[in-house]
Amino acid sequence: MKQLLVFIRKEFYHVFRDRRTLLILFGLPTAQILLFGFALSSEVKNINLAVVDFAHDQATQHIIGKLQASRYFHLQQAPLSYAAMETAFRQGKIKAALVFPANFSADLGHTGRGQLQIVADGSDPNTASTITTYLTAIVGDYQRQLNQAAGALPFQIVPETRLLYNPEMNGSLNFIPGVLALVLMIVCTTLTSVSIVREKERGTMEVLLVSPFRPLLVLIAKAVPYLVLSLLDFTLILLLSVFVLDVEIRGSVMLLYGVSTVFIVACLSLGLLISNVTASQQVAMLVSMMGMMLPTLLFTGFMFPLENLPGPLRLIPNLLPSHWYYLVVKAVMLKGLGFGAVWRETLILLGMSVALLGISLRNFNIRLA
Amino acid sequence: MDAVTLEHITKTYEKGTVRAVEDVSFAVKPGELFGLIGPDGAGKTSIFRILTTLLLADSGTATVGGHDVRTDYQAIRNTVGYMPGRFSLYQDLTVQENLNFFATLFDTTIAANYALIKDIYEQIEPFRDRRAGKLSGGMKQKLALCCALIHKPTVLFLDEPTTGVDAVSRKEFWAMLGQLRQQGITILVSTPYMDEATLCERIALLQGGKILSIDTPDNIVRAYPHPLFAVKTDAVHSLLHDLRAYTPVLSSYAFGEFVHVAFRQNQPNNDAALRDYLRARQHTGIVVKPIAPTIEDRFIELMTANSTAAHGN
Repeated sequence: MKQLLVFIRKEFYHVFRDRRTLLILFGLPTAQILLFGFALSSEVKNINLAVVDFAHDQATQHIIGKLQASRYFHLQQAPLSYAAMETAFRQGKIKAALVFPANFSADLGHTGRGQLQIVADGSDPNTASTITTYLTAIVGDYQRQLNQAAGALPFQIVPETRLLYNPEMNGSLNFIPGVLALVLMIVCTTLTSVSIVREKERGTMEVLLVSPFRPLLVLIAKAVPYLVLSLLDFTLILLLSVFVLDVEIRGSVMLLYGVSTVFIVACLSLGLLISNVTASQQVAMLVSMMGMMLPTLLFTGFMFPLENLPGPLRLIPNLLPSHWYYLVVKAVMLKGLGFGAVWRETLILLGMSVALLGISLRNFNIRLA
Repeated sequence: MDAVTLEHITKTYEKGTVRAVEDVSFAVKPGELFGLIGPDGAGKTSIFRILTTLLLADSGTATVGGHDVRTDYQAIRNTVGYMPGRFSLYQDLTVQENLNFFATLFDTTIAANYALIKDIYEQIEPFRDRRAGKLSGGMKQKLALCCALIHKPTVLFLDEPTTGVDAVSRKEFWAMLGQLRQQGITILVSTPYMDEATLCERIALLQGGKILSIDTPDNIVRAYPHPLFAVKTDAVHSLLHDLRAYTPVLSSYAFGEFVHVAFRQNQPNNDAALRDYLRARQHTGIVVKPIAPTIEDRFIELMTANSTAAHGN
């Protein structure tokens, strides 16, 4: 027991004395969360918007006021004509324009049906579709207010959108469970395999094997520090999500930790397996990065919808622990579901972890060749 | 009972195409300082790894301390000390941390066996808080020896402990081995340096995975069969060339500033005849003196005899 503790302490020395390992451990998750949270988000902010208001009445002022209050839009000095608007588009000064016809309020008041036009820069279709969705939502909001005030008489504002694109508004928080899966996968698998292969490469494995220390204890002593560090990483990501990205964790945090531990064990076992079959740190690094990261990115479901996969490929995600982990975390963290709703996925994950651990322990080489 | 035995051990790599160890048998007595002497690729490391249970031999049996290397590997691992050829401690841990780690790994403490490593450890103690990777070559070897000794092993395996170490540290290292022998520890050491062979009690000369000879260094030197001379002239290159063309000479090879020359037959006028021959070949500054053979001379002689025999077959 004392031997195990000293061994584990030694592992921590290795980690804390190696700047590269520390960078992967703590820099990677931070960078990923911030990157996905701010830079790679599908959210569009600070859109330069021009309002061409031919009506100048109470209704249009109301809508413009709502637009000004929104953090998505940045209202430009209103061009007075269509021609000025088109010039502004061409010069890239604006991304979208909202056009109120002269008789907007009159139509709305008399016929109960007002029309306005949304013009968006379609050269970037994704952004354009997002903008039109925002604008439609804001106009719809105003319409609801009118209807509430008027009671029985329904008012209807029909936004006519020139660029039609129907985006499935993905919840922008979807990526956090994905990043969790990705980071834990990389940290556990890569660091574990590299740390064992390093012992082989540096020759220290020879000395470890020719000692009373049981070979299986070597694996446990390697796994425990990375389990602890991975849980630290998990905590770091949760903290960043809550305090930097304002994400609300709806479900049980304890359940999240439990499921993460199971997932980490699966990743550690994969790392041990990789270390068994590779002889150099570079190869171990490549195998775990390429072999783990790519499938996680492609088949977990957080970047690309799995429904888009053609027939037989759709079975692949079922083989990945990260896929099941992603499902559970999404359900617990974002939807606030309890264990009752995710026990099946958790069980599958647990089965995979136990199987992987068994295989890697069985294959551990107690000799050099 | 012998401390270490090998019987007909054979080891091949790359699916049998590379024969690293071929039918090697020898035994090491308890408390003996036994040397495996041979150049790189002679099979020294393979033999060490088989004995330390790190590799399985293709055929043959071996025991360490009475335990079979194949079936009883954990018993061997519990009791032996092993210092691999490459520096195999944790470079990012300090001297003190490395020693502590290995002491605990072997379920002992530095204090318990301090007497054993005292003489060696005192030399590296000033650097106890320095990381092992930052030590000099000689210091590294001393630390590695401390780590291999900390649990008072019954048999100590040292694979080329002095390779890449300066001459002074090499000398010190061998002095330490001599002291350890006094403690009754059986030591198996390998080295490519022939001059270190004389410091062992018994040696095995290895070449191409085969044993050329096993005996005490004195007996091995004594068994050298030819009259041997050291020869020097002002023109070294043409000297070697001319010696090869001279029929009474069996073999000649550069050895430091001299060329060692072995004659086919032991005749009293060998040296005088050689001087005349060299003078006739326009050599100046001729020195020819009879010398006592060294281990290296015997090694080269056995090696050539071996390869000629192989070619003869």
